[in-house]
Amino acid sequence: MLARRNFLKVSLAAGGGMLLTATLPAAAKAATLGKAGTDAVALNAYLQIAPDGLITITAKNPEVGQGVKMMLPMLIAEELDADWSKVQIAQADLDARYPGQVAGGSTATPLNWLPMRQVGAAGRQMLIAAAAAQWGVPAAECETAPGVVLHKATGQSLSFGALATQAASMPVPDVKTLKLKDPKTFRIIGQPTRNLEVPRIVTGQPMFGIDVSVPGMLYAVFQKCDVHGGKLVRSNVADIRKLPGVRAAFEVKGGTDLRGLLDGVAVVADNWWQANRARQQLDIIWDEGNVAGQSSHDFAATAIRMSKGRPESILRRDGNPDAAFGKAAHVLEAAYSYPFLSHTNLEPQNCTAHVKDGQVEIWAPTQNPAPGAALVSSTLGVPPTAIKVHMVRAGGGFGRRLSNDYMVEAAWISKVAGAPVKLLWTREDDMRHDMYRPGGFHFFKAGVDANGQLIAFRDHFVTYSQDGAIAASADMSPAEFPARMVEHLEFGVSMIPLRAPTGPMRAPRSNAFGFAFQSFLDELAHASGVDPVQFAHNILGAPRLLPDPPMPRQGPGFDTGRMRGVIDLVAEKSGWGKQTFPHGTGMGLAYYFSHLGYFAEVVQATVNATGEITVDKVWVAGDIGSQIINPLNAENQAQGSALDGISQALGQALTIDGGRIVEGNFDSVLPLRMRQAPPVEVHFLVSDHPPTGLGEPALPPALPALANAIFAATGKRIRSLPFKDHDLSAAA
Amino acid sequence: MLIGKTDRVEFCGTMKYSVEINGAKRTVDIDGETPLLWVLRDTLDLKGTKFGCGAAQCGACTVHMNGHPIRACQTPIASVGDARITTIEAIGDSKVGKHVQEAWIELDVPQCGYCQAGQIMSATALLTRNPAPTDHDINVAMSGNVCRCATYTRIRAAIKHAAKAGSI
Ligand code: FES
Ligand code: FES
Repeated sequence: MLARRNFLKVSLAAGGGMLLTATLPAAAKAATLGKAGTDAVALNAYLQIAPDGLITITAKNPEVGQGVKMMLPMLIAEELDADWSKVQIAQADLDARYPGQVAGGSTATPLNWLPMRQVGAAGRQMLIAAAAAQWGVPAAECETAPGVVLHKATGQSLSFGALATQAASMPVPDVKTLKLKDPKTFRIIGQPTRNLEVPRIVTGQPMFGIDVSVPGMLYAVFQKCDVHGGKLVRSNVADIRKLPGVRAAFEVKGGTDLRGLLDGVAVVADNWWQANRARQQLDIIWDEGNVAGQSSHDFAATAIRMSKGRPESILRRDGNPDAAFGKAAHVLEAAYSYPFLSHTNLEPQNCTAHVKDGQVEIWAPTQNPAPGAALVSSTLGVPPTAIKVHMVRAGGGFGRRLSNDYMVEAAWISKVAGAPVKLLWTREDDMRHDMYRPGGFHFFKAGVDANGQLIAFRDHFVTYSQDGAIAASADMSPAEFPARMVEHLEFGVSMIPLRAPTGPMRAPRSNAFGFAFQSFLDELAHASGVDPVQFAHNILGAPRLLPDPPMPRQGPGFDTGRMRGVIDLVAEKSGWGKQTFPHGTGMGLAYYFSHLGYFAEVVQATVNATGEITVDKVWVAGDIGSQIINPLNAENQAQGSALDGISQALGQALTIDGGRIVEGNFDSVLPLRMRQAPPVEVHFLVSDHPPTGLGEPALPPALPALANAIFAATGKRIRSLPFKDHDLSAAA
Repeated sequence: MLIGKTDRVEFCGTMKYSVEINGAKRTVDIDGETPLLWVLRDTLDLKGTKFGCGAAQCGACTVHMNGHPIRACQTPIASVGDARITTIEAIGDSKVGKHVQEAWIELDVPQCGYCQAGQIMSATALLTRNPAPTDHDINVAMSGNVCRCATYTRIRAAIKHAAKAGSI
């Protein structure tokens, strides 16, 4: 699935040693990229071997907590046959030599699995060639052990460090001739490998965007209109300039792109607290524009009204669902909904910028630096060549940092203030100026025949539009499960106009659809008297690959056998169906395929007499292919994703009122806390498929598995998120 | 149309404050209402203590005052007085703090890592007063610290790991 063509370039590193650059156009289908981007991604890596044997591998992608800064170098080091204890990792800047510097869509594994190993294998081959030349023996007789080249027949050996300089002058191997290791011989890939950054993290070293400090730096805050896209009419900014510590305060006239520079007032001071305190004295008159209908309450009423009519468009229709409902033994209708969500990266958005003499230098915790640089270029009117972006570790990504609004704000403020500035948002800024996970409404109807087979399914999906087009990350795929496995099926779509900006959030679409579809399917199983595992088997049928229909983000299709495999594994591990629980305790199952990963999860939950939910335990079973690259990180990511889903389900929602977000902090949007966090047991089903990513696919099943567990425990079906808004006291 | 902020705050001038941070006396000339968090980060260049909410909701800014965990975002510098302040940069100087840091490394706890300074400060305070905490003790002591990446499973395991290391 990945292009084999590549281009390797070699040069002497400064100070001696070999610097291997690989430009590897990856032709993996853009359709598999989730929200990260639809263009084919080209890859590039650095490998530097110092004469003393220290190997520096450059990680080209942004690190936001997903562990890619370890994963990519592990792939290179494996095929190089490096001694991992001699490897250090460097973070790349945004650099034209490294296309595809993005963290999104769980794409780093599928896109880099082969090319990064080829980079390492090419390096190994050049080191062997150098040794063979020194010894005057055929390269074919040489082999490697960690960090050394060996010639067994003569008993000679040379370390990588000793060979590095000569290796750099060896011809660059044709990628077609590269011999990759047999996975059975992997020494680094597949080993639980500790993150090399942790010692710095636990000692509080400055390493995040918020920690950046440059000489002469001032601190900035930026007040925008809480009604997204509102225009600034006038302000008392002149008064603000007189406040203690304030170095500059000025109005900003922005554009209309909600992901770009917007209207607002910037306050720049000697320290951040002073800037933010001065900001509290701002009086601003805004022109909010038309906010009619821009409230959560209005959206819900509109959705119900729309559900009574025909959908505005039909996304998919198979057979004749209306006729099939008449033949079904059990017919069920249900309405599901979920709210807007903020990403709530624990590190609020921030960026440091220095604009001077037409040059722009930026330190940004971003998932997607290249579009940020382009935004700065077009907004400030500086050529892309005058912009330097350093990628700084981000305190969480979750898709929020695929947008770069904070980057263009920092650059603009630096330019006007005439000094380097660190812009830092408050938590309230962050929650009220997000690219929100869009809310949505699903009006379902389905029919099951007397054999427990789902024969007819309909969803009228009410979602949101922005400027007439479907809002970002608010669309549905015609391949959404259970499409392709139900004879009579219709997906219809209607749209409510929305002002607030939307965007991808970890497992975009799936994080919401998983809850709605998998909860409703569980309802159907119970209504037909079929065990949910059996009901899933009935839908999935025989193991086979169902190709994707023509659609955006088209992927390699859906493998019913892999889905069934993880369902059976999680059922076995959780003891599904083997225990009887007292009233108030139950298990729920859900399963979901996203970002090329197949996941099934079981949640055991207890609801007490006061209606309080305790999540007792979560079991996760995943199939992400033939190789878990770093089992230590894989477990962490899967646990975190499942708990992220539990967190959203229990306590998170944003309310829109008059076009503005009501909530502003963690007192009203409730993140999961230690006392609520259950044990999470993770199992991987190793299958004969190329390895795929793990940043997202373990999240979607967690929410419906919990909802289904609450139903099993209490008989009460929860059809809207979050659960904190439901009174379960009577149910338990 | 909307009129913006209306709450008025009093601006006092700056004053000299002498505080003990990580065993050393530090003098800052600053508005007394400035939260300790910003004095640490912006004035004293100790950036390990993090800002997450500014409202005592997330625990990212946790430091020790005389060994007790406090939220630096809610602690005006004028209120610190003679108290001993310890931050993540120096928590490893104590035996318990060192065990906690080692357990975090051993179990590979962090994902993004942003919350972990605060987690370690709360965990160290817990283990200092209670060397063998139960799950319930951990819940009580640690629920003020949000981990957005939800590394709770490993934080819990690492606290138990550090407790074991401390008992040997
Ligand atoms: S920043 Fe102090 S508790 Fe969140
Ligand atoms: S590790 Fe990311 S917030 Fe805790």
